[in-house]
Amino acid sequence: MLKLTRYILYDILRSKIVIAYTLFLLIVSFSMFRMEENSGKALLSLLNIILIVLPLISLVFSTIHYYNSYEFIELMLSQPMSRTRIIIAEYAGVTISLLAAFLIGAGIPVLIFSPTDTGITMLLTGLALTMIFTSLAFAVSVKARDKARGIGSVLLVWFYFALIYDGLILLILFSFSDYPLEKVTLALSFLNPLDLGRIFIMLKMDVSALMGYTGALYKDFFGSTAGMALVTGVMLLWIIIPVWLAVRYFKKKDL
Amino acid sequence: MIRIEHISKRFKKLQALDDINAIFNNGQVVSLIGPNGSGKTTLIKSILGMVKADSGKIFVNNTQINGDPSYRSNIGYMPQIGRYPDNMKIGHLFAMMKDIRNAKDMVLDEELLKKYDLEKIFEKPMRTLSGGTRQKVSAALAFLFNPDILILDEPTAGLDPLSSEILKEKIIAEKKKNKLILITSHILSDLEEFTTHVMYMQEGKLIFLKEAETLQEETGEIKISKAIARIMKGEQPGNDWIDKVFHLNSNKKTI
Repeated sequence: MLKLTRYILYDILRSKIVIAYTLFLLIVSFSMFRMEENSGKALLSLLNIILIVLPLISLVFSTIHYYNSYEFIELMLSQPMSRTRIIIAEYAGVTISLLAAFLIGAGIPVLIFSPTDTGITMLLTGLALTMIFTSLAFAVSVKARDKARGIGSVLLVWFYFALIYDGLILLILFSFSDYPLEKVTLALSFLNPLDLGRIFIMLKMDVSALMGYTGALYKDFFGSTAGMALVTGVMLLWIIIPVWLAVRYFKKKDL
Repeated sequence: MIRIEHISKRFKKLQALDDINAIFNNGQVVSLIGPNGSGKTTLIKSILGMVKADSGKIFVNNTQINGDPSYRSNIGYMPQIGRYPDNMKIGHLFAMMKDIRNAKDMVLDEELLKKYDLEKIFEKPMRTLSGGTRQKVSAALAFLFNPDILILDEPTAGLDPLSSEILKEKIIAEKKKNKLILITSHILSDLEEFTTHVMYMQEGKLIFLKEAETLQEETGEIKISKAIARIMKGEQPGNDWIDKVFHLNSNKKTI
């Protein structure tokens, strides 16, 4: 497996897209910290960019990589190599390269300019989101029949989590504004890893007061050890379930 | 040895394989023939586990194929269209395959590699190769690990006459080593020299699997291609596919 992953990593590095992504993150992070006097503010701006760009890059890059390595996968399948091993190696290769890109591109500036609790939390959230969206991309692209469908579906996934989901939440909040919804919104945020990540970091930044009573509830919940454990667990589930689905689909697939 | 029991496979509307039963033993060279879309490649891919059959069992060397990929170390496969990672150089491809198969203490068969002079173009990336050179790479890879079973899908298509001759000699040499060789080809005259058994498929059904000698006796033809033509005419009136192939072949010879 490690051998396979090594070849996949080598192939990804040659394509230079990951290097471009790293540079992009580096430039954005450095310019954010340079422009803002207050490193907390810079972190917040950076967070907003990361929450939009990181899932998009993870999704699209993983999907394109999967379809581009179709030949490689075919070649490996004619060898004594199990399907699970092949697809996990592919996932590991893509994830490792994206994680490294994020650690270098956003990690170095954050550690230089804002090596605080909040900064570290943001990095951890970024790493978790990278793994989550790569794994979602794998589930979708293994299931989709061709490249066009795959990329289309993956963009839809991004639209859903980045835009549509928040709209739906707002709709629910407005329609049922006569009822106490704090706990419901808390539960709903577990259904979107992006929201979960955002709330998690916001609370670390002490801007939760802006969110009113809901913010207080969040603070109460996420501040507790049980709350933290639950968030970590949910994030892990968001990584594991799509990968497991991808493996399942891939095992049944005709190539 | 390969044993196929009641294999069926359906792709949406197309019945690709319809209750196929067959046994192939060591020392046999089985020619799989049939019109385009008759299920030859699907059958081969089912044996390799790349296509998952809807029902039925396949045994390779007496062990049933079910998830455990180790049986594939006994099979050398040359695909119809060799597709390889674009960025990889030929030398790198061979090194990778050896590495993945842990070939350090294996006896490698590099005869084709040498005869096709592939070592001279080891620095060429796969994407720049012509169809014929790709075929040579596929052939060299299929024979590289000295497998007991060779599955060659249209091996001579796209090869120049000299390379084609080298490959045929190689097949004859391997046949003498008591290996099982499964070949599909539309160029019947190519199969003439080494075929021991003929398997004819049409629309996913096995029409017959016979020894070449029996076929010759039954039809009174010495040439296998003619014998098949005769059988097909007798059993399947109106089927003129074989005539066309034949016609083409005889035309070539007159030129």
